[in-house]
Amino acid sequence: MKRFDYVRPATVAEAVAAAAEPGAAYLAGGTNLLDLMKSGAAAPGRLVDVSRLPGLDRIEELPDGGLRIGALVRNADLAHDSDFARRFPAIAEALLSGASAQLRNAATVGGNLLQRTRCAWFADPASACNRRAPGSGCDARGGDSRQQAVLGWNEACVATHPSDFCVPLAALDAVVEIEGRAGRRAVAFEDFHRLPGQTPERETTLAQGELVVALRLPAGAEAFSANARYLKVRERTSFAFAVVSAAAALRLEGGRIAEARLALGGVAAKPWRCPEAEALLAGRPPGPEAFRQAAEAALAEARAPGDNAFKIELARRTAARALTLALAGTPARVPALPASPFAPVPGALVHA
Amino acid sequence: MTVTVTTTINGDAEEFVCEADETLLDVLRDHLGLTGSKEGCATGDCGACSVMLDGRLVCSCLVLAAEAEGRQVETIEGMARGRELHPLQQKFLDAAALQCGICTPGFLVAAKALLERNPDPSETEVRYWLAGNLCRCTGYDKIVRAVLETAADMKSADMKSAGMKSAGMRSA
Repeated sequence: MKRFDYVRPATVAEAVAAAAEPGAAYLAGGTNLLDLMKSGAAAPGRLVDVSRLPGLDRIEELPDGGLRIGALVRNADLAHDSDFARRFPAIAEALLSGASAQLRNAATVGGNLLQRTRCAWFADPASACNRRAPGSGCDARGGDSRQQAVLGWNEACVATHPSDFCVPLAALDAVVEIEGRAGRRAVAFEDFHRLPGQTPERETTLAQGELVVALRLPAGAEAFSANARYLKVRERTSFAFAVVSAAAALRLEGGRIAEARLALGGVAAKPWRCPEAEALLAGRPPGPEAFRQAAEAALAEARAPGDNAFKIELARRTAARALTLALAGTPARVPALPASPFAPVPGALVHA
Repeated sequence: MTVTVTTTINGDAEEFVCEADETLLDVLRDHLGLTGSKEGCATGDCGACSVMLDGRLVCSCLVLAAEAEGRQVETIEGMARGRELHPLQQKFLDAAALQCGICTPGFLVAAKALLERNPDPSETEVRYWLAGNLCRCTGYDKIVRAVLETAADMKSADMKSAGMKSAGMRSA
């Protein structure tokens, strides 16, 4: 690890001031940043430890019926909050489908949004990577493309955003609260993460020193609680990043879909909301035909940068299956194997 | 940059001086002689370094030592009460739920955390909860069975002691 200064500010204002200079990075759960620092893929000169900042570890009701989640709430604590899981079951399922017990206990809400890509070339300082070292090129092209994008990528970068949590957040219109030297601002989730464009190194809308302080879920997000699921296809049933995932939520009225939400994970540099699919589902009776058409619409623009064309069909099927599961109804509790396409029949042993 | 850290480890007050870039695992093993926590991958994948930090199961390889300031750290060395092993430790011995043993401290700390949260887990729950602990000898089956049997033993011991208490109340 490159040597660094370690500071522990007492307030958000102190933290924002301490991180104002380039080369400073915030430390919260540390599950991603310290890992990248060990490999040399990240090398901040100053770590600003925000893990003890007061007031950022609360879940609060908002006067307008929404919910505000402090940036320092741990992934495990949020997923195991029974009131939260009842109101936002797809988010709880996504959280529990990610990483391991140890990492979910450490990782924070804010840090999850700021996860770096798991592209192997990004993590290897000896490889060319426009995201890590602007203008250096992209050694990922021609390599194993299983974890690479099929939507929103370009010649500069084919990396994907690895978060599970962010997929239902995108579907449910979350809002990110950010504090900087100029004060506080709120950014729609859709605008928080960026596609590579010509500046793949700029992954989010955050400027140097800006701090994510909270996440808001709007009052309307709860209306999907009866029919909301997260489905994650991965190399093994636990402790693996999504090859493709989908968050699906339906609001049903009189046998028709009043409103649908769909977002995909593992397919782009940002959590991928599917507005065309949602528009296509609104007002229709739910069922296999509508779900198949919605999945087609969601992937209409997809193309493969390498040998990963299979992900386009996999994403269609994952989206349609997630919608089918959402229609069947949210389970009473998060399944023991969260978000698994291989979820067992009750009573049968999975691994026997 | 050096940092002076005051913390509590297995109930004892500790003070140490470390570099800012040293992890909690580095300090436990190299400064404090607590070598029960192991370094397998150093990237949070294998769980051999699992400890409890303020009652929360974490990988000590992904925690800076400086972050332990004012916290309560519990390691595998604090799991037995004197010479009396924790039921999980005794069961791992009885069931030979280990091969080379490198992963064992991490599995024990993680399994104890599991049973404290969920005293009656299903096999699926045990396997899913312990996914953050890798056994490269691949001895998972005995480990999972040992955890399930310990849970059953602890439950029946609890029921017995609860039964004795209620019997005592009746006779009083």
